[in-house]
Amino acid sequence: MEVPVKFSSVARVSVVAAITALALTSCAANEGSPSSSESASGAPASSLSGELVGVGASSQGTAQTTWAAGFQTANEKVTVNYDPSGSGAGRKAFIAGGAAFAGSDSALSDEELAGTFGTCAADTKAIDIPVYISPIAVIFNVDGVKDLNLDAATLAGIFSGKITQWNDAAITALNPDAKLPDAKINAVHRSDASGTTKNFADYLNQNAPDVWTEKPADDFPFQGGEGAQGTSGVVDAVTNGTNMIGYADASRAGKLGVVKVKVGDKFVGYSAEAAAAVVAESPLVDGRGANDLAIKLDRKTTDASHYPIVLVSYAIACETYKDPAQGTLVKAYLDYITSDAGQKAAAEKAGNAPLSADLSKKVATAVASIK
Amino acid sequence: MTTQTARPKPVIRLGDRVFARSTLIAGSLILVALAAVAIFLIVEAIPALGADPKELKGSPSSFWTYVGPLAFGTVWAAFLALLIAVPLATGIALFISHYAPRRLAQGLAYVIDLLAAVPSVVFGLWGIKVLAPAVQPVYAWLTDNLGWFPLFAGPVSGTGRTILTVAIVLAVMILPIITAMAREVFLQTPKLHEEAALALGATRWEMVRMAVIPFGRSGLVSASILGLGRALGETMAVAMVLSPSTVISFVLLQSENPNTIASNIALNFPEAHGTGVNVLIATGLILFVITFAVNFIARAIVARRKEFSGAN
Repeated sequence: MEVPVKFSSVARVSVVAAITALALTSCAANEGSPSSSESASGAPASSLSGELVGVGASSQGTAQTTWAAGFQTANEKVTVNYDPSGSGAGRKAFIAGGAAFAGSDSALSDEELAGTFGTCAADTKAIDIPVYISPIAVIFNVDGVKDLNLDAATLAGIFSGKITQWNDAAITALNPDAKLPDAKINAVHRSDASGTTKNFADYLNQNAPDVWTEKPADDFPFQGGEGAQGTSGVVDAVTNGTNMIGYADASRAGKLGVVKVKVGDKFVGYSAEAAAAVVAESPLVDGRGANDLAIKLDRKTTDASHYPIVLVSYAIACETYKDPAQGTLVKAYLDYITSDAGQKAAAEKAGNAPLSADLSKKVATAVASIK
Repeated sequence: MTTQTARPKPVIRLGDRVFARSTLIAGSLILVALAAVAIFLIVEAIPALGADPKELKGSPSSFWTYVGPLAFGTVWAAFLALLIAVPLATGIALFISHYAPRRLAQGLAYVIDLLAAVPSVVFGLWGIKVLAPAVQPVYAWLTDNLGWFPLFAGPVSGTGRTILTVAIVLAVMILPIITAMAREVFLQTPKLHEEAALALGATRWEMVRMAVIPFGRSGLVSASILGLGRALGETMAVAMVLSPSTVISFVLLQSENPNTIASNIALNFPEAHGTGVNVLIATGLILFVITFAVNFIARAIVARRKEFSGAN
């Protein structure tokens, strides 16, 4: 009996020693990094200070976290808090004066613009600034099928439950070479409310209004099909199921098959450039202020360098802030997030499409006008 | 004489007072908390009851048609889970209390308790990553061969994320609590009852049936109710695993399943605003009422059965 006892106590001591060693080295590693990053940035001390509160779309959540971290590193006295509680909640909080800016998957409506804004100076309005562009991929997992071409009407038919078999005439007509199985289509949609659903539905509703009859909304409008929670839920269902199709943020498509969507008379796969291009070349919403960049997305584009299934998320800010200090902060923050560095940082973490050069210029002008 | 008149008055020390007070506070705190939750639910739910139905998901004709499928799904999923878990838990508990060798019984009891410590998110992940893909072929076989049976009607779900999968996950989640309670109750069976049964020539199974189960029945019902409570309110695992839809359907293997109230709140709250929030809270109130009613019915059953249970 004695030997094992001794052995175990020896083992215990060595484990403790190993843990201590690990803890010490990890401490050292932690301490090392901030000092090196400080010396690397070498930026002059910023004069900005204060707290910036944003509320809004969860689609921007990852990007906003990245931006907040980047901005706070450059401006040590500033705290940025972004609460990803949803687009509607964000606009509401901003209008009521509870947030310095809102993140929103849709621009302010005309009714909202007609009202007053609690955060803004009297008689001034708020403006929409596109900050986050993300292509939505239509992903599929069907045995033996690598490439799939679909148009809006067929997609609308599949997701609304009107097309139920993979070898339906509408699908085979678009894919003469693919070996489509005689099996039921399992279409996956988001079971939670989501801007991704709204933008996908908007694309289908604009291009195939007689098939996709429902107005685009955060909730999936039809009864049929499979529901899954969140982007990862959809991706998971498509990956693990059989004869699946679904839609998700393009950054999460991974190794799954991605549908090429008919644009004009060509079939286009998603890419960051094509997504940014359709946003940049879409017209602005009519009748807005000079610096309001609410975009009327041209989902019916026929230009094959465009990818029309894209989500645009805005930062909504005041033209003139009641509190000038807040104005300066918001201006500096938005300036950073729409800059090349900010967009690249977000693209690395969130996989969105950085703003194109044209749009960046317009955005920079709009941001510069904030007081 | 003097000592006798002084004696009836009990000595109350500071410790007694403090202890009595603190138990009183602890006891009333739970009532206060319950009342606070109920008041919150009712106050927040009132705007939803008169809300414009257009603001609800799937634009139903009224709040009640909105909450109907959810209430049905909640009870249906919990019922299925209980159907799986109770016989299994009774078996495990009997094995631990009366059949297994003592060392094995202790180890097994420990493992079952450990199952209770697994967070529901992990059960949810297990449900989608492991269980659903594993049972999907079985479901496909069932719809192909037993599709005439209404519960197994096709078309089969392509992912296996159906209400039956949810019920299995829920059953695993409520298994530990039912097992632990049932085991304790079965162990309480008076030794004399058991020995009397054996002395009359009963086999071990007959002894269990005649002495242990009648004695433990009301405890078993209580245990099941605790499990049912957890199954009714389970949120995360259901939200992750289930492929929800707004239907009332008993079918087990399809993609369109009735959602549960708790899971529906979890799915829609993050992006809800305005009356949408009130509507979700109102469905929470309905869940509160359902849980209350279920508990009430169960208590009534236990009370009615008590006199026949042999526990006295």
